[in-house]
Amino acid sequence: MAELHAGEQIPEVRVTPDKYLTVRYAGASGDFNPIHIDEEFARAVGLPGRILHGLWTMAQVARAQTEAAGGPEHLKRLSVQFRGMGVPEQEVVVSGTVRELTDGHAVIDTVAEQAGKQIIRNAQAELELEL
Amino acid sequence: MPVNTKAIGKTYPPVVYAVGREKIREYARAVGETNPLHLDVEAARAAGYDDVVAPPMFAVVYSAPAVGPPIFDPEIELNFAMMVHGGQEFVWGPPVLAGDEITTTANVKDISEQDGRGYYVFESISTNQRGEQVCRGTWTNIVRGV
Repeated sequence: MAELHAGEQIPEVRVTPDKYLTVRYAGASGDFNPIHIDEEFARAVGLPGRILHGLWTMAQVARAQTEAAGGPEHLKRLSVQFRGMGVPEQEVVVSGTVRELTDGHAVIDTVAEQAGKQIIRNAQAELELEL
Repeated sequence: MPVNTKAIGKTYPPVVYAVGREKIREYARAVGETNPLHLDVEAARAAGYDDVVAPPMFAVVYSAPAVGPPIFDPEIELNFAMMVHGGQEFVWGPPVLAGDEITTTANVKDISEQDGRGYYVFESISTNQRGEQVCRGTWTNIVRGV
């Protein structure tokens, strides 16, 4: 786990979803909305092509928190706003800053970006570091 | 057309989800988790758990089936074709393990309108077989052009 300090960044998570990630995530999560898995359908409804599931991207934001905190049991709350859309085969970067750290309770401001655009913004996580 | 707010407070029948070890592993791999607590039974047992531990965001898997009925409830008149998932919050309690049975109940937390957009907020409350609340989800869906 990383040592967290108020005002400092948590370690970044960088991940490039491969071409078929959305298909695997659809199966794993049960979300088979065709905008995520069918290129022709996605284009027909005005998208540039298949887009990432927002909740997969949120899972990357969650992973950045649990890796920084040293395990899944430390993450107590995560709220996010989805903006724009993520696409496969481009790197997603999750970054975050420790807003507060009091008595082992940390509040993290965090975002996910792709090609310099925030696809998750105004996200906030709460971690209990001393369990 | 103003949004229809009469369903605020409505609750839906509970949905029960049995958490499987291989489903946790499948989900963990799809989201890139490498922590052995999610993947390796022996590692999870060595850490004091009875079986593999679900990643926190596995909440999507057990709670989303309960949120479908309100989205498609004709009383709510939500225009699904124009809907985007605007925001999401999860608040977690004790960890979910393979072998747990999770019961999720959804309710309509709020329906409002601002600047021609409808905001439909659903809440999911998930409890395990011991009655402990393992997750509360707040699902904000935005519908353009209401």
